[in-house]
Amino acid sequence: MEWQALWLSLRLSFWTTLILLAIGLPAAHWLTFSPRRWKFLVESVVALPLVLPPTVLGFYILLAIGPQSPAGRLYAAITGGMLPFSFQGLLIASVLYSLPFAVQPFTSGFAAVDRKLIEASWCLGVSRPATFFRVIVPLSIPSIVTGMILSFAHTLGEFGVVLMVGGNLAGITRTVSISIYDDVQALNYSAALHTSLLLLGISFLVLAATYGLRRRVWAVWPPYGR
Amino acid sequence: MDDELSVDVRKRHAGGPEIAAALRLPLGKHSVTVLFGPSGAGKTTVLRLIAGLDTPDAGSIRCGDEVWYDGARGIRMPPQNRRVGYLSQDYAIFPHLTVRGNVAYGARGWEVQGLLARFDLSDLAERYPRQLSGGQLQRVALARALAAQPRLLLLDEPLSALDAPTRLRMRGDLRQLLAGVQVPAIVVTHDRTEALALGDTIAIMIDGKLRQAGAVDSVFDSPADADVAAAVGVETICPAHVVSRSAGLVTVEIGGAHLVAVDTAGASADVFACIRAESVTIERNPSGNPTSARNHLPARIVSLIPEGPLARVTLDCGFRLTAIVTRQSEEEMRLREGEQVTAVVKATSIRIVPRA
Repeated sequence: MEWQALWLSLRLSFWTTLILLAIGLPAAHWLTFSPRRWKFLVESVVALPLVLPPTVLGFYILLAIGPQSPAGRLYAAITGGMLPFSFQGLLIASVLYSLPFAVQPFTSGFAAVDRKLIEASWCLGVSRPATFFRVIVPLSIPSIVTGMILSFAHTLGEFGVVLMVGGNLAGITRTVSISIYDDVQALNYSAALHTSLLLLGISFLVLAATYGLRRRVWAVWPPYGR
Repeated sequence: MDDELSVDVRKRHAGGPEIAAALRLPLGKHSVTVLFGPSGAGKTTVLRLIAGLDTPDAGSIRCGDEVWYDGARGIRMPPQNRRVGYLSQDYAIFPHLTVRGNVAYGARGWEVQGLLARFDLSDLAERYPRQLSGGQLQRVALARALAAQPRLLLLDEPLSALDAPTRLRMRGDLRQLLAGVQVPAIVVTHDRTEALALGDTIAIMIDGKLRQAGAVDSVFDSPADADVAAAVGVETICPAHVVSRSAGLVTVEIGGAHLVAVDTAGASADVFACIRAESVTIERNPSGNPTSARNHLPARIVSLIPEGPLARVTLDCGFRLTAIVTRQSEEEMRLREGEQVTAVVKATSIRIVPRA
């Protein structure tokens, strides 16, 4: 049983979800309310990880954050370290890989907020950013929770991108799905079975908790208009 | 000089008529201006342009010494800075906040508790909007708008979201609330009775153009053109004073004449009596036979104007009353200007609406 790998996966999922919340909310706000015509291009880029093979995505991320890349050199200059095959590099890859799983639910939640409520807030003298946090976000809580859970669960189960960007370093980049793959490769079926079962249990618990919680959230924030 | 809202804008929505509105509205004292017209005339668009929620194609909007919009100079003040209380048709109450939370949302200086009490919302303060009736939601919307200390209130069809009995009751309440808050208001409506009940002045809007503006009774009494006349529909509208009430009937006094009508004005003492020309009958001589009509008024024919197969007869019976008769009746009765006749109006044909 790979407790170390499981702990690493949970940490990765946690930080990925947190970062996606921080960049996903403004991104979704822009995608929902911007009048720009070319925003469909940005939507397409955000959705790319849904259709791209994880190996392709992982390969490009590896090139983008490698020691020869501008991002890699900047990171080396600041920290003295390297991004590929590190937890931080893995985190960047996870954020990009799960981006649509956060941004798309956020966007559909924001779009469902009655435009008249937003305008009412503006007319009451409340600025656009404050309106976002006082009206749009509270009314989109179910969608935001959904986006966060999907990001968490998706990161927990990722494999291809991790392998490409992080490799297989125990305690640094060996996530739970990689440890299962290793066990199967080594014909260590009972260890693989235990870890798989644990992952299945955790995933189910997270989803069950979310759906249960979300129902209660809806009881407090009923859809407008009964 | 009193502050004044001056609007002169043009706006064309894709596929819609061009909206062109020019109006001036004094802001110094309390007043209610009704923006009246048939559906699709562009009334809501004008409100949204004033609130800053839509941008005109050209023109200017000024409020006192502030420029809210100037197409030529590229000035467009955001709605946040205009301090306009805008009530959309369905009130747009925040569903995730309690009544108190809604009223306090944009509060500037006003004491929320006092506003809740004033709008009879104290007992509902901790309720959520989904637990409120339409009339209560309307009061929340008004209290919320006033908490932000607006210079101007804009109400878009404030009574249209209510069911019929509530609408009747709120019509009088709304007038009193608006009169009590000392904030000038523009109210959009397509309902004649609402316009009469709520407005001090009225602006008639038809096909995107502002056609006539002025005091409500003067606009309803003397429409500038046929379109406005058709829009307002009623020929005779007179300020009247209630003399007595009994058994669902009300006796009102207009220019010395007394009229009996069905009481539809609640408890108001100052009312408007509205009489459509086609419900006025003209009699040559009092016949003495009993009729079912309650009102028999001695009248002098002021003018007779032929209108195709009909004739419009203006009568003086202490007040000006317009009747429509057929040319045939006119000839058979030999009606002439200056002659004495009797105007007969059924009590059920006189609509009494509250004035304040």
